[in-house]
Amino acid sequence: MRKALGLFAFLAFVLFLFAATISLRPFGEPPHAEMDSYFIEHAQEEASANNVVTSVVFDYRGFDTLGEATVLFTAVSGVLMALRHYGGKEK
Amino acid sequence: MTTTIIKTTTRLLAPLILVFGSYIILHGHLTPGGGFQGGAVFASGLILLIVANVRDKVQKLFEKTPLTQLESLGALGFLGIGLLGLMSYTFLKNAIANSGFLFGGTTPQGINPGYLNTGGTLSYLNIFVGTKVLAGLTSIVLIFFLILRRERDEW
Repeated sequence: MRKALGLFAFLAFVLFLFAATISLRPFGEPPHAEMDSYFIEHAQEEASANNVVTSVVFDYRGFDTLGEATVLFTAVSGVLMALRHYGGKEK
Repeated sequence: MTTTIIKTTTRLLAPLILVFGSYIILHGHLTPGGGFQGGAVFASGLILLIVANVRDKVQKLFEKTPLTQLESLGALGFLGIGLLGLMSYTFLKNAIANSGFLFGGTTPQGINPGYLNTGGTLSYLNIFVGTKVLAGLTSIVLIFFLILRRERDEW
């Protein structure tokens, strides 16, 4: 009984995946491309950078990068705070 | 792990890795990569230098190196550049782009070979994030190295 239930759930999930795959849009044609086109057309004059990815990461969404940098800062200060006592000056 | 093979390879490879990391950081607004990636590459060069040497040498070398201060400098520099954008429009606005300041050159529209003196705040943020990442990763590996090598000496 449990095996039949598991098989049924598995088949339903596979069918769901197939339906999702069939209803995908063709490659390279996203439904909402306005923002992408804006970045690609205006990055060189607004952010003054050839690398559009960098201009998105550091300019248009710089706040996100600030959060990432804060995560790394917190991780490093946590490790150093916990282990400084052991690695310290004494030989 | 300080055999002659590893020492010789490190002596050849470490300068190249450090130069490559600086290149990725400084050219973050022109080529793939940026502050995070270049900082990780630079830190891997420093880590190679750490693990290929004995403990006393590493401790003497890194006692004077302000890794923690560099990390804090990177974080504060990022915030400072962000506040500089507040001066003109919003937080993290690219205030230096097209202003003629250092890294403030104008990028030609369309296909161009890529000029280093462009990017505005992007270049500064890349440099600060790179400083932060390289100092952070190096200090983590350095503290583990010091702990492990000390315990091995005690055995």
